[in-house]
Amino acid sequence: MPAGTLYRGREGMWSWVAHRVTGVLIFFFLFVHVLDTALVRVSPEAYDTVVATYKTPIVALLEYGLVAAILFHALNGLRVIAVDFWVKGARYQKQMLWTVVGLWVVLMLGAIYPVLGHAARELFGS
Amino acid sequence: MSTTETTASGIGPVEGAGASVYTVDNPAPLIEPPRKRTKKSPKSTRGNFEMAAWLFMRLSGVVLVVLVIGHLLIQLVLDGGVSKIGFAFVAGRWASPFWQVWDLLMLWLAMLHGANGLRTVINDYAERPNTRLWLKGLLYTATVFTILLGTLVIFTFDPNIR
Repeated sequence: MPAGTLYRGREGMWSWVAHRVTGVLIFFFLFVHVLDTALVRVSPEAYDTVVATYKTPIVALLEYGLVAAILFHALNGLRVIAVDFWVKGARYQKQMLWTVVGLWVVLMLGAIYPVLGHAARELFGS
Repeated sequence: MSTTETTASGIGPVEGAGASVYTVDNPAPLIEPPRKRTKKSPKSTRGNFEMAAWLFMRLSGVVLVVLVIGHLLIQLVLDGGVSKIGFAFVAGRWASPFWQVWDLLMLWLAMLHGANGLRTVINDYAERPNTRLWLKGLLYTATVFTILLGTLVIFTFDPNIR
């Protein structure tokens, strides 16, 4: 392990860490997702069988996590672009991060019913 | 204390110690900039790849925000969310060239954006040259395979496969 890499940053460092972690997670899902979609070239039954697993309650929770990762990566990515290209971007990077976090919380609350609703109906009955 | 303070000779008070040893008849030696490129220095072997990659991440990122969030809305939120997805749903959407182009563009941009991101991660954390070589070899192989597979699926999709 490289020594002395504990960088005691604040918002800037932790948003960088979160951007990296969410990016890697999304990229790994993308491989799986292209593979499962490729099953439409095998047969409708093969595709529908695999997609059925995406509709189970446990995977619904994973989908909610995927939405969380993508929304953070998207919003924080726009912040990174603003830091790089907007003259005052670096000065307002903290305020922009908290804006990102606020928007993310609102969007994640809004995603609860559409993404997890069907799982709740399956688990607790409609 | 000012750091721009200089004597008449242009030599600062510390190194000149108040009086310069150099005069018009005894000029200071000319020191070339250490990394100045001359006709003799070999041609640069490095292009602007890293700068292009940096710019690509930002440009593809903006486009991907629109493409991916639209994709999530259609697949997971609107019209019954994930429950409606099946072969028939895919066939209905890929009947339109608009959604074929949407998905193709999303596939290419997302794969290249992700691959370049992971390349950065490998460069940051894999320290041994051999480890880097193998990890990047694996990354590029998987990326090319996935892009080609996805492209093939979009272009050869047959709704009447059965």
